[in-house]
Amino acid sequence: MNENSLVSVADLDKEQILSLLEAARFFEENPNHKVLDGKVAATLFFEPSTRTRLSFETAVNRLGGRVIGFSDASTSSSSKGETLKDTIKMVSNYVDIIIMRHFLEGAARYATEVTDVPVVNAGDGANQHPSQTMLDLYSILKTQGTLENLTITMVGDLKYGRTVHSLLMAMRYFKPRFRFVACDELRMPREYIEFCRKEGIPFEEHTDFSREVIDSSDIIYMTRVQRERFQDIMEYEAVKDLYTLRNDMLATSKDNLRILHPLPRVNEISQDVDDNPKAYYFEQARNGLFARQAIICRALGIDVNSLKNNRK
Amino acid sequence: MTTDKKELAVAALRNGTVIDHIPSEALFKCVKILNLEALDCTLTIGNNLASKRCGSKGIIKVADVFFPEQVLNRIALIAPQAVVNTIRDYEVVEKRPVELPARIRGIAKCDNPKCITNNEPMATLFVTDDDNPGFIRCHYCNHSVANNKATIL
Repeated sequence: MNENSLVSVADLDKEQILSLLEAARFFEENPNHKVLDGKVAATLFFEPSTRTRLSFETAVNRLGGRVIGFSDASTSSSSKGETLKDTIKMVSNYVDIIIMRHFLEGAARYATEVTDVPVVNAGDGANQHPSQTMLDLYSILKTQGTLENLTITMVGDLKYGRTVHSLLMAMRYFKPRFRFVACDELRMPREYIEFCRKEGIPFEEHTDFSREVIDSSDIIYMTRVQRERFQDIMEYEAVKDLYTLRNDMLATSKDNLRILHPLPRVNEISQDVDDNPKAYYFEQARNGLFARQAIICRALGIDVNSLKNNRK
Repeated sequence: MTTDKKELAVAALRNGTVIDHIPSEALFKCVKILNLEALDCTLTIGNNLASKRCGSKGIIKVADVFFPEQVLNRIALIAPQAVVNTIRDYEVVEKRPVELPARIRGIAKCDNPKCITNNEPMATLFVTDDDNPGFIRCHYCNHSVANNKATIL
C-alpha cells in the first residue's frame, strides 16, 4: 500500500485538493518539466478508453517519463485468466507508478492493497474516476476564479453519473449551492441527498430544466442520458429532449456561466451551443492534461512547489 | 407449571455461551456466521420462541465454548439486538449486547456483480457509514446494502 495512491477523490482533504489544483495551474503555465527523467509509468487499461489513456500518457511524456502498458485487456495475461493481483504484482517489479483503468468496480482500491507502487485510478467501472473530478474542479476554478460559494446545476443522469457524484463530494469544502435537474428515474440517489443534508449544503431538486434555473447558475454540468438506463424505452423517448441544452436557452444567463460536460456528448448539448463563449467542455478536456500531471507528481512524491521555486 | 415446561424445553447450561434475542429470520444466518456446524460440543438451537421484546426470537446455547468478542460481534450485522450471556457454573457472569464493528471482513457478499470482490479470489470488506445508518458499504465498489438485506457468505 502506497499512501500517495489516488483511488477516489473522497480520499483527499481540502488542502490536498487545493495543492493539486495549484500544481495543475503550474503545469498549464509550464507543461514540460523533466521531473520523471528515468522513471517508467505503466498504463494498464483493462478496458479501452482512448481519451483518458492518451491524456495520461501525454502527461507522463511531458514530465519526461516513459510509458509501458496495454490499452485492452485482450492483449494482457488477464485474458489467460490471470488474477488482477498477479498482474499488478508482476508489473510492480518494473515500474515506478501504475495508472490503471478497469471495468470492475473497486479494482483500483484492491490494486493499492497488493503493491507498494503508487496506483492512480483512471476509472473503475461506474465507481470512481478521480482525475476527471480534478479536471472538473480545475475547470471551475479557472473559469470562476474561485471554488467558493458557487451555484452549480447538474443536469441529466444524476443516478448513474459517477462524475456528478464525485464532483458533489469534492465540492463539499467550498460552500456550494446545488441544483439537481433530472427526471424521476434518474434523480440524485438518496445517499448523496443525505450527504448534502448532513454537510449543510443547500440544494434544490427540479424535473424542469427551466430558464430560472439556468439564469441563476454559475456552472451547468451536463451529463448524457443513456438509453440503456431505462427499463421502458417510451420513458426514454419522453424525457431525452427535456434535458437538452440549446443556445437560445442561454440568452439571459449570467456572464460568468460556463457549461461543462465530461464528454463524449451525444445530443444533450445541441451543436449551436459550441460557438457560445460560455461553452467550456472542449477546454475542460484539455485541462485534464494538467490535472493528470499534478496527480502523477503527487503519486510519486514530487513537490511541485519546489519546481516553482527553482524557476525563480 | 407452564413455566417449568418452558424451561425444560431448553436444557440449562453449566458453562458456555447463550445468545438470546436473535430475530427468528436471522437465526440460521447467525449459525452460519458463527460456523456452529464445525463445533462438536453440546449445542442447542431454538427458534420461533415467544419474546416480549421482538415478537418471535431465536436462541443459541453452546456448552463449554466462550467465543471471542469480535467473533460474536459479527452477528450484529443481522441481529443487532442480540444479547450474549456468558455462563459459568450455572450463573450468568456477563451479559452484553453485540456491537457492529466498523469494518466487516469476509462475512457478507457484495451484491454488485461488477464488484472486484465477486471476480477475484479475495475477502470482501464492508464498512459502516455514518452518513447512512442501517446500511453497510462495500469498501471496494462503494455499493451500499441494508444490514438486514446483506447476503451472508
